[in-house]
Amino acid sequence: MSGDHGPHPHQPDLEDAPASESELLARAVEELLIEQSVITASDMRRAIESGDARSPASGARLVARCWVDPAFERRVLASVNDAARELGLDLGPVEVRAVKDTERVHNVIVCTLCSCYPVGLLGASPDWYKSRAYRSRVVREPRAVLEEFGTHLPQDVELRVHDSSADLRYLVIPLRPAGTEGMSEEALATLVTRDCMIGTALPAPPAGD
Amino acid sequence: MTPHRFAPGERVRVRAAEPPGHVRTPHYTRGHLGVIESRAGSFANPEELAYGRSGEPSVPLYRVRFEQKQLWPDYAGAPHDTIVVDIYEHWLEPAEAKSRRTTRPGTDKIKARQRRSKR
Repeated sequence: MSGDHGPHPHQPDLEDAPASESELLARAVEELLIEQSVITASDMRRAIESGDARSPASGARLVARCWVDPAFERRVLASVNDAARELGLDLGPVEVRAVKDTERVHNVIVCTLCSCYPVGLLGASPDWYKSRAYRSRVVREPRAVLEEFGTHLPQDVELRVHDSSADLRYLVIPLRPAGTEGMSEEALATLVTRDCMIGTALPAPPAGD
Repeated sequence: MTPHRFAPGERVRVRAAEPPGHVRTPHYTRGHLGVIESRAGSFANPEELAYGRSGEPSVPLYRVRFEQKQLWPDYAGAPHDTIVVDIYEHWLEPAEAKSRRTTRPGTDKIKARQRRSKR
């Protein structure tokens, strides 16, 4: 019996990388808060769990409702936070705005200075959204970036980038694809992916057609 | 709430300043001409909040639209492509104001200080 598994490389464990200063600080503050009975370990766990439970499915529900209900869409364009409450979604105090694609304008979202993102509707942002490459390139050569996502935009459509580097968060309401006329709201929501609501992708028509 | 000085459709220029500290005005917009797309409420000043101060009085925020061709002379997309950036009012001046590099008293001094400290 030997602990020697041979020379093959193994995947490092999470703890193998050195902890950053901010990780150590967060851990120390958490331990203190629990030790001083300000919060409990369960509070902490629940907060993390509910944060992780947020997902683009919420945004997709909102977009699908906009597609089938023009009055709802008008309320979304007036205030996303208020309209989301109708769907039982609490987006918190940060104001979210919707930008609506048309036949002539396509919208795409970025936060060049950090990574502002409508987490209440889309969940945690993907790593690429936070990357320097996306943040710096999508404002300078947005069409090339979209092509890399497999998204081709005709030259006659205006590409409008939104840099949300301040106090507002943005969500794209993409165009409803052709050939979806008879679909239910629930089925439509499955066509609305995360990237469609960032603007790097367009909803695909239902498969099998 | 601080009233907004600019109205939708008005042409503005982003100040070409480089103050020290936490600033939320993307560098690529500074010194450039844009059009007020809409007013976007008023918010605690992030340049103050970043240092633990109250951020009061709040500062009006705008959505400012730029032509990509103006921002990047070698822009390779379509000529009508645009970018809309959220910019606080104290970073904007009327488009007619001709001052190119500095617009606020003291900015020169700050920049000179920065240049000196770099040496």
